[in-house]
Amino acid sequence: MLTLKNEFIGSARHIWTLFKKDLLLEVRQQYTFYGVLLYVASTIFVLYLSMGEPEAAVWKGLFWMIQLFISVNAVAKSFLQEGRGRLLYFYSIAGARDFILAKLMFNALLMLVMSLVSLFLFMLMLGDPLPNPFSFVLLSCLGGVSLSLVFTFLAAIAARAQQSSALMAILGFPLIIPQLLLLNKVSNIAFADVVQSGLKEMVGLLIGLDGMIIALSIILFPFLWKD
Amino acid sequence: MLRQNWWKIVGVFLLLYTFIAGFLGEVPAKPILNETIRNLYFHVAMWMAMMVFFIISVIYSIKYLRSNNHIFDIYALEYAKAGIVFGSLGVITGSVWARYTWGAFWSNDPKQLGAVIALLIYLAYLVLRNSMTDIDKRARIGAVYNIFAFAMLFPTIWIIPRMVESLHPGGMGNPALSSDDIDSRMRIIFWPGAVPGWTLLGVWITSLRIRLSIMQEQKM
Repeated sequence: MLTLKNEFIGSARHIWTLFKKDLLLEVRQQYTFYGVLLYVASTIFVLYLSMGEPEAAVWKGLFWMIQLFISVNAVAKSFLQEGRGRLLYFYSIAGARDFILAKLMFNALLMLVMSLVSLFLFMLMLGDPLPNPFSFVLLSCLGGVSLSLVFTFLAAIAARAQQSSALMAILGFPLIIPQLLLLNKVSNIAFADVVQSGLKEMVGLLIGLDGMIIALSIILFPFLWKD
Repeated sequence: MLRQNWWKIVGVFLLLYTFIAGFLGEVPAKPILNETIRNLYFHVAMWMAMMVFFIISVIYSIKYLRSNNHIFDIYALEYAKAGIVFGSLGVITGSVWARYTWGAFWSNDPKQLGAVIALLIYLAYLVLRNSMTDIDKRARIGAVYNIFAFAMLFPTIWIIPRMVESLHPGGMGNPALSSDDIDSRMRIIFWPGAVPGWTLLGVWITSLRIRLSIMQEQKM
């Protein structure tokens, strides 16, 4: 019992160290953050130039599509930036499970920030058709985290296959459609002026899906990493 | 057991029974559906066969990860391919059915969309495998993706389409295959005839393909 507890604390410390390492790299290099920020800003600006202020249905559709592309771009780097030698080093000191958990956490945080930034820019440039912005803020946070989880796992697969982000997009777009459909449905319900049923079930399903993806990542990642 | 002949003969006879009894047998007279209800023996049965193949495929992927036996990887790949073929046939027969009952081949119904997404997920599996040349790496990463894809199949075709409005039976308190929809005359053809018949045909095709690719591998 005591060893189990110690093991748990040890692994939590590993995860925290790896997470902190990613965060520190990000703060020092400031490459991903500003790179993706520029990407977000210019994409939304192009949208603004070509669409003006679209109506609510178009706004929502565009928002989730842009989230999807941000997620691909932000998360793709997470595994590709690590060299082969360094990965071996992490593997030997921390183990695969701690490593993937740290990556999941970091990417979720990154996408959380990016979702909020892009939501702000969307409201600034493309108008504000939201009847209740607060719930949509929560929803976009949930959406950003969900997207980041799926793409983190796919980035791991793509990195092992030694392919660039092109493969990740090919793998990811079919897999992400269920979540995007759900997010769109939930935001439809959240957008409507009249109260509609089924909101709780769909949000619950979304969270359940996230839990399933985390569990699958933890189970499957060690197999991916063995060489 | 798979090398024996009896189950192939059984499969052929079951399909013959499905075709003959399915086209000549009595069916309940339903408005709108009319005689198209006979498509049940093809469309629904092929989807069930597809599900069986995807389940077999994921079991072999798990077995591969546990044992690193290369044969299991070939099994997983070929059963996934069989599932894709039967899934495509299910979509095609379904859209022909939709033409005569819903009025159009394609109407962006949630069930139709879910079916296409499921096929896209599995086609990505084939693309992923082809992107790698190293056999061991291809097998291992393919197996990992196959398990992930199978888990994502459930929300795609079993959960989400049931939560939204759909023209398709099944879900929204409108279960297909209940006694309101089909009666015992159809059930006696569907369950013992069509479902195992199509499944056995798919297993036969797949076992031939598996033997072919094992032979090709040994030649190399």
